[in-house]
Amino acid sequence: MASFDEKAVLKKVFNYILLIALAVVILAPFFIGIWTSFLPTMDIAKGNLFSTNLSLDNYAAAFTKTPILRYLLNTLVISTITMIAQLIFCSMSAYAFVFLKFKFRKTIFTLFLVTMMLPFEAEIIPNFATVKQMGLLDNYAVLIIPFLTSAFGTFMLRQSFMQTPIELKEASDIEGLNHFQFYWNIVLSYNKISMITLGAYSFLGSWNQYLWPMLTTFSNNSRVIQNGLKQLQSEETFNDWGMIQASAAIIVIPTIIVLFIGQHYFKSGMNEGAVK
Amino acid sequence: MLKTSTTDVVPEKKIKAKQRQGFKLNAKDKYFASLFLGPSLLILGLFVFYPMFKTLYISMFLTNTLGKTTVYVGLENYVKLMSSPDFISSLWVTFVYVIAVTVLTITLGLLLANLASQKLPGMGIFRTLYSVTMGVSVAVAAIFWLFIFNPSTGFFALLSNWLNLPVVNWLTSPTNAMWAVIITTVWMHLGFTFLILLGAIESVPSTLYEAADVEGASSRFQFFHITIPMISPTLFFVSTITIIDAFKSFGLIDLITKGGPTNATNMLVYRIYKDAFYSGNYAKSSAEAIILTVIIAFFTLLQFKFLEKKVNY
Repeated sequence: MASFDEKAVLKKVFNYILLIALAVVILAPFFIGIWTSFLPTMDIAKGNLFSTNLSLDNYAAAFTKTPILRYLLNTLVISTITMIAQLIFCSMSAYAFVFLKFKFRKTIFTLFLVTMMLPFEAEIIPNFATVKQMGLLDNYAVLIIPFLTSAFGTFMLRQSFMQTPIELKEASDIEGLNHFQFYWNIVLSYNKISMITLGAYSFLGSWNQYLWPMLTTFSNNSRVIQNGLKQLQSEETFNDWGMIQASAAIIVIPTIIVLFIGQHYFKSGMNEGAVK
Repeated sequence: MLKTSTTDVVPEKKIKAKQRQGFKLNAKDKYFASLFLGPSLLILGLFVFYPMFKTLYISMFLTNTLGKTTVYVGLENYVKLMSSPDFISSLWVTFVYVIAVTVLTITLGLLLANLASQKLPGMGIFRTLYSVTMGVSVAVAAIFWLFIFNPSTGFFALLSNWLNLPVVNWLTSPTNAMWAVIITTVWMHLGFTFLILLGAIESVPSTLYEAADVEGASSRFQFFHITIPMISPTLFFVSTITIIDAFKSFGLIDLITKGGPTNATNMLVYRIYKDAFYSGNYAKSSAEAIILTVIIAFFTLLQFKFLEKKVNY
């Protein structure tokens, strides 16, 4: 029906043109970045972007001449540990707020909410003094310990745990499960999607940290990728756009793959946390 | 449909469960509560509550170069800040940036989400492509855009040369540097905003649009009179998130402009960092940090108000 309606066809064509044009604009920085990562820096410097001297030399150089692999490893370890810790500690405190009755429950929950209003960026002076005193500077621990838990994660999981059918709790009471067993065997698996969402959220959050690692790490042994890129870029020898673009590509490609795989969960979970 | 029926059942069952817990589980609950909440409370206490009070405390003293407090001065640090043209200009720059980023991100995100919510073949591909910037971190975004903005070899410079236009100095003129930071920030935020708004648009009941079609309403009319009002809670939610994030911007500024040229992009967090870790003026930096906290707390409260409404509804 629609295909014979000229106006509808025109509208469709116009829509597709608009969709494609917008996609091109949004993706342009990627295309430009990744394209130039295959070009010799000489050609980039001369503005010869249509050069045909494509090669993987910049990638080889990035891997062999810079500590980028070490930065990647550091970040991967730190982000993974942070993610696992947040999944455990946030779900535990969320469980307490939903399924346990204790004194000051409301007050403690309000404290958690207040925490969400306090920006970490405003607390760097005392926090720096604290980790310095604890002897954690320039160490993985300094990037992990302050972020073992999060008030936002607790809040998000609490919203989700509240939707757990009360019948499950009753059945597990009859079965004689204690709180720990009920939490571990039933609540966590029932709220899998929210857990995956928080996992992705905390992993990316840790991966994207910038200010705190910049203050607290100084050597390649513990430097994370975001600050590592800056380090490479500011080094005198590194006026090498081809290699800079290659290192950016090396970092962005894995996160985009993770994102595409997790997108479905991420979207439904985000909307659940946001709108329910 | 299923959902409403379960929520109808919950209250009655909840009462039963409460009664049972009332005399059976309470003593044990206390033990489990300290076990489950302990770790989180310890971390939040040490790295969120204590430093907040400490920052407030430092902000009411003078400090020496080691960061030790020396003389109590009350609110004098705040008074000084508020009468310092330098700080006022920083606040102003931050507000301009936050407003521009929020307006642009929400408008573009809405445009993309509305387009991608059409039921046309191949739409899945566009949805994926539009959300791609979610996977980009500050450093990568900064590098991609620094190359585009670069005055000698950058993409914009080449484009201007091909088109015989004058080359714009993106990073050396104050206004242009601000735009460079705004453009990069909007680009980074767009994927996330798009995805959330798309989810909201998709959950608008299709019967509303069908009814409007029968009435012969144009698609523009439907967008402004059905879509926008129906997704307004989500619009509000993403706006506050974007505002809060923009107020906390640091990485892109450090990577692209370093607060320059001539303080044109010296925003609040960047100033806090510089005053403390470059100039060693901890008291001043703490007072600035408290001002940032007040601003962020205000917008977070707005967000809570919205969540509360949604929960009650």
